[in-house]
Amino acid sequence: MISIEIEKKLKAYKGQQVLRVKEQFPAGSITKIYGPSGAGKTTFLKTIAGFTDPEKGRIVVDGATWLNTDQKINLSPQRRMAGFVFQDYALFPNMTVLRHLEYATTDTAWINRLLAIGKLEPFATHKPEYLSGGQQQRLAILRALAIKPKLLLMDEPLSALDPENKSALIAELKVLFEKLGTTVLIVTHNPQELDGLTDRELNIH
Amino acid sequence: MDLTPIYLTLKLAGITTLLLLVIGLPVAWWLSRGRSFFKIGLEAIITMPLVLPPSVLGFYLLLAFSPQHGIGKWLEETFSVQFVFSFKGLVLASVIYSMPFMIGPIKSALQQLPISLSQASYSLGKSRWQTFIKVLLPNIKPPLLTAIVLTFAHTLGEFGVVLMIGGNIPGVTRVASIAVYDSVEQMDYHTANAYSLILFAITFVLVIAVFIFNKYQLKSPLE
Repeated sequence: MISIEIEKKLKAYKGQQVLRVKEQFPAGSITKIYGPSGAGKTTFLKTIAGFTDPEKGRIVVDGATWLNTDQKINLSPQRRMAGFVFQDYALFPNMTVLRHLEYATTDTAWINRLLAIGKLEPFATHKPEYLSGGQQQRLAILRALAIKPKLLLMDEPLSALDPENKSALIAELKVLFEKLGTTVLIVTHNPQELDGLTDRELNIH
Repeated sequence: MDLTPIYLTLKLAGITTLLLLVIGLPVAWWLSRGRSFFKIGLEAIITMPLVLPPSVLGFYLLLAFSPQHGIGKWLEETFSVQFVFSFKGLVLASVIYSMPFMIGPIKSALQQLPISLSQASYSLGKSRWQTFIKVLLPNIKPPLLTAIVLTFAHTLGEFGVVLMIGGNIPGVTRVASIAVYDSVEQMDYHTANAYSLILFAITFVLVIAVFIFNKYQLKSPLE
């Protein structure tokens, strides 16, 4: 079970806005998060990962406290190790596809499995700039999965994929998430694209 | 022709560049992360040699490290180390004088990398050090090389600051730029020309090497 209660000020064009979320996510659940632009969806994910701090809040993941502003507990992103798929992919330009996965894990069998799921075996020696947008996005997902995270945070993870690749990947990911028991939060602008993958939803507005 | 000034110049530039690489990388990384009043002040001090006349910097270093007073007196009495009119003094002055050439380009390059690169690495459990070595540093190779070459070349061309703190002692502080000046003073244009040509050739080759390397970096498709 993941319990999140946060309050964070957002910088907005029209004055200041406050992001308030109080929600519980059952272990292994897959939740789509949607809402208008600027509502704080990405900030919500980054706060959970530990990249940005809220003014007030509490995050408990499977009984472990990641954040508690009252008790001044705030684990670093390295200790939280939440898998994160960035909207801009954040791939490392100096690393090949294979090096990305090797940087995250030493489990060779797992790396090979991930490469197969993402259909990236033929591109294992390519650097990100020589991959298509869809291939880059798949690599970003595989890298986040390489650490077998308890919690996976995905920011618009399927936006660059064509319909055929998208449905194939969704089917593979669903099996993978179930097997790993990963709890997944997915931010999307297009909630319909995640039909068949998610079982819960959260509207941030 | 006595080649000692050329040897001394290359030795000075090599040691200065190496020291500045060790000092400059962590300082540039720290400066590239966020802003504070203290960081602005430190950055201004680091940048000062770019605009300050070298003789002014050399003059204050001469005063500060003079064995008669201040830090110089303390260093002399405590460690028996004397910076003024010694090769050590040249290294110290060069490190201070060339610091902006090493730190500036590295800091700018690190600032231009998206913050999400570091965050992605942290989320994989990697420390700041691992992230710096494996992710950030390899992605600023061209500007890093530019910083190294600029620092080396700038040290080759130092004159005012090294003359002030080191003087013109043959075999100790008489670097090539001072040898050129000294030869001209003695109307020995032939020797001045020889030293100048060697300095010109070395810096030209260095700059060409940077251009070739940076172009190669941009065009290499695969590892």
